[in-house]
Amino acid sequence: MDTSRPEPQLSALYQELILDHYRRPRNKGTLEDATHAVSLNNPLCGDEIDLQLHVDGDTIKEARFVGRGCSISQASASMMTQLLKGRTVPQAIALAERMSAMMQGDDGAARDKALGDLRALSGVSKFPVRIKCALLPWNALTDAVKAGRG
Amino acid sequence: MLDVARIRADFPLLAQRENGHRLVYLDNAATTQKPSAVLDAILDYYRTTNANVHRGAYDLAIRATEAYEAARAKVAAFVNAWAPEGVVFTRGTTEAINLVAGSYGRTTLGADDSVVVTGMDHHSNLVPWQILCQEKGATLRMVEITEDGRIDLSDFGHALERRPKIVAFPYVSNALGTVNPAAQLAKLAHAVGAVVVVDGAQSTPHLKVDVQALDCDFYALSGHKMLGPMGSGALVAKPELLDAMPPYHGGGEMISRVWDDHSTYNKIPHKFEAGTPNVEGAVGLAAAIAYLEGIGLDHIADHEQTLAAEAIEKLTQIEGVTVYGPRARGHRAGVVSFTYGDIHPHDIATILDQDGICIRAGHHCTQPLMRRLNVAATARASFYLYNGPDDVDALAGALVKAGALFGYVPA
Repeated sequence: MDTSRPEPQLSALYQELILDHYRRPRNKGTLEDATHAVSLNNPLCGDEIDLQLHVDGDTIKEARFVGRGCSISQASASMMTQLLKGRTVPQAIALAERMSAMMQGDDGAARDKALGDLRALSGVSKFPVRIKCALLPWNALTDAVKAGRG
Repeated sequence: MLDVARIRADFPLLAQRENGHRLVYLDNAATTQKPSAVLDAILDYYRTTNANVHRGAYDLAIRATEAYEAARAKVAAFVNAWAPEGVVFTRGTTEAINLVAGSYGRTTLGADDSVVVTGMDHHSNLVPWQILCQEKGATLRMVEITEDGRIDLSDFGHALERRPKIVAFPYVSNALGTVNPAAQLAKLAHAVGAVVVVDGAQSTPHLKVDVQALDCDFYALSGHKMLGPMGSGALVAKPELLDAMPPYHGGGEMISRVWDDHSTYNKIPHKFEAGTPNVEGAVGLAAAIAYLEGIGLDHIADHEQTLAAEAIEKLTQIEGVTVYGPRARGHRAGVVSFTYGDIHPHDIATILDQDGICIRAGHHCTQPLMRRLNVAATARASFYLYNGPDDVDALAGALVKAGALFGYVPA
């Protein structure tokens, strides 16, 4: 019996851009004037993220993170914080939804320029067990802004 | 070395291909594959023998009960238990340890007492003691480990100075493969009056275990880690301890007489087996033991140690790979935990999976140990009797590929 699937391209998963964000994460650190902070971890694999936002009115002025984990979770966090700066909270939530759609294999989302560098992570959708890695920082983001509005 | 080709033919799942490659299953510390003998025993039980045990008045039920009790005798003989009634069937090691903590621990421990565990214990031999100590206001003392991943014997001695009521440790570490000097540790613990609980999840499948020679008091094992079905396992204990302990779960089977407001309890081991037991699990576990005995635990241990030594040699030749745990043969079972430069273990596991190689990546349910090793996670290859040198070669080859993919240039 051969239950094997066609081999997803590892090179598509581990693109240079992803490894670059993994090894040289942008916006890594903490904010002194954070208005929103959330810590999330994946208890199964141990990936961790502490996300801090400085939100002024409805605009995300700064986003920083501290984290430990695999290349996918850390690159996703790095790319996300780059993209968030200057966005409104509703825009950020819309991006989180696009990111989630891309992880579910939505080709339109994978081509959506709004996702910027994050499009390099579209290959993760072929590796179901790794989707939670890519979405960990985004789940932290949605938790943070929802808590902020509550 | 064992005749791996012949052994593999007994395991239908190993003939399966993964991602277009021969399946290289190196996650045996998590669970093991099952030989046809075990699968057939379970199927045969349901086809010919199934009925509820210990209560039927008809021949079929008597045969089911005999099969279940024969399985208990098989487990008892396999680890040289004190008596068959000292073998309580459980869902596995976790439930066995929870039983000891919840029954023996709850009646024995007071606020001034302490429980000793080690920095390499699996969460299943740690969290039940945390819960118990929190409930009682007692102290939980974690013994440190040495740099090469062994129990620090001088710290173990310090922990015993407080005269703990319970001392718990793993015979073999699931994360590092360390084979602990269990008999020596038990002797030291007994000298201060402690009761000794041994986590045998990783030792029972891989070495010849004799609980009377170890002279522990409680010994927990899991069937699924030794070719048996998931949800099978046992607590092996000194009968006089079990006799004196209160029940853990209430229900049918564990009672003697039931009145409106109280009950008297069945004799051991039934006192600890409330409800309909996992008879197929027990029957499958007995078949697994028969299979292991047919090959010989000493041969299996020797085979795995050879593979582990080969793996350590090949892996450490790759620049950037760090192997954790003791190196000396005899101090390590067939478990090899490692990291590779800055490539996260999850990324390593994903890359290896594309070559059909199954390893574990993560904290291995040993978060306190990972903190002591100063790593968030490791990659872990763990061997069993059906693994061969070709599996070690596949592992090393795929790791080199992972290194290339990550552009890993040694410093």
